[in-house]
Amino acid sequence: MIEILEKAAIQNGLVTAFAVVGLIILLSGQISRRLTFGRVHGSAIAIVIGLALAYWGGTQTGGHKGLADMSLFGGIGLMGGAMLRDFAIVATAFEVQATEARKAGLIGVVSLLLGTVLPFIVGACIARAFGYSDAVSMTTIGAGAVTYIVGPVTGAAIGASPDVMALSIATGLVKAIIVMVGTPIAARFLALKTPRSAMVFGGLAGTVSGVSAGLAATDRKLVPYGALVATFHTGLGCLMGPSVLFFATKALVG
Amino acid sequence: MIILGTALLAVCHLLGIFLGDLLGQALGVKTNVGGVGIAMLLLIFARLYMQKRDILPKLTELGVEYWGAMYIPVVVAMAAQQDMVSALRGGPVAVLSAMAAVAVCACVIALINRTERTPVETEGAPKPHDNPLLTEAE
Repeated sequence: MIEILEKAAIQNGLVTAFAVVGLIILLSGQISRRLTFGRVHGSAIAIVIGLALAYWGGTQTGGHKGLADMSLFGGIGLMGGAMLRDFAIVATAFEVQATEARKAGLIGVVSLLLGTVLPFIVGACIARAFGYSDAVSMTTIGAGAVTYIVGPVTGAAIGASPDVMALSIATGLVKAIIVMVGTPIAARFLALKTPRSAMVFGGLAGTVSGVSAGLAATDRKLVPYGALVATFHTGLGCLMGPSVLFFATKALVG
Repeated sequence: MIILGTALLAVCHLLGIFLGDLLGQALGVKTNVGGVGIAMLLLIFARLYMQKRDILPKLTELGVEYWGAMYIPVVVAMAAQQDMVSALRGGPVAVLSAMAAVAVCACVIALINRTERTPVETEGAPKPHDNPLLTEAE
């Protein structure tokens, strides 16, 4: 019985992955509602569970692909692989309304640029301070400080090692969690009151899940304004990370 | 037809990756330069163009929106296949760079938002999309 079930799951890897990830997201939604009363976004918890499972898979198999190294969860490798990941990221661009974005005006663009460059510089400097002194690793970790999508996309494009990629995602994830939990606490300091301020926040704080969850916990009606700018964030980061920012880092550290 | 939306997305994706590779070659690096970003821009422009000419039915949109809503699940699957064991060895780097990045950005946000003299009257909140499923997914 168990063998037949296992065989079915292994032979239909991608379908198994959909079921497993769905289960993780269902579980994290419950944890988010019941244990944190919606304060920590469900998607953040789901990603933490994913990383924990990756750690568990890594210790079980000794491989470098986390849960995907276990034959039962091989489909996770396809579902979260570069092809489907980039496909889903490109699809999110469909939600961006160019007319609304234009209303954000110059300040939105400025904060978007600052929100990409500033975390990158900070991340890359700290990476260097900890001994990741080559341009590829510095860029990947710096890009991870922009968002946890920009990090791996940049790392994959410039050929970073898997452990630096994981570190880069971890950086983006920690940032997203800090933004989610910290925004309602720091709302007064950030002067988060108007749509314009939400757009500035969306541009500078980055991660869509961090921004939308952080704003939802602060003032529900500010959410679309912040998320609108934040959806540009990943695109801009993915555009700048492997190109301008990588070249600049390379020119500086050789 | 729903496949048309997914096909549009796929064409933008492939074209973006292709242009990114081309750009990389032109710049003399052997890597893809901003292919995903270019693909996103292509999709935004394709959507604007098709909306203007009224050739973008709801069902076609759904073919793209489905994948946009799959973004978080895909990211979860991506997280589940990371090399966490290696990453944890560099633990403080992740926490420190994230905290420093947030702190710097928070100060800049506070600075910019304090320059806003006349608070803009809150208009009706714009909806990034009208699909309740997507709103839920975010």
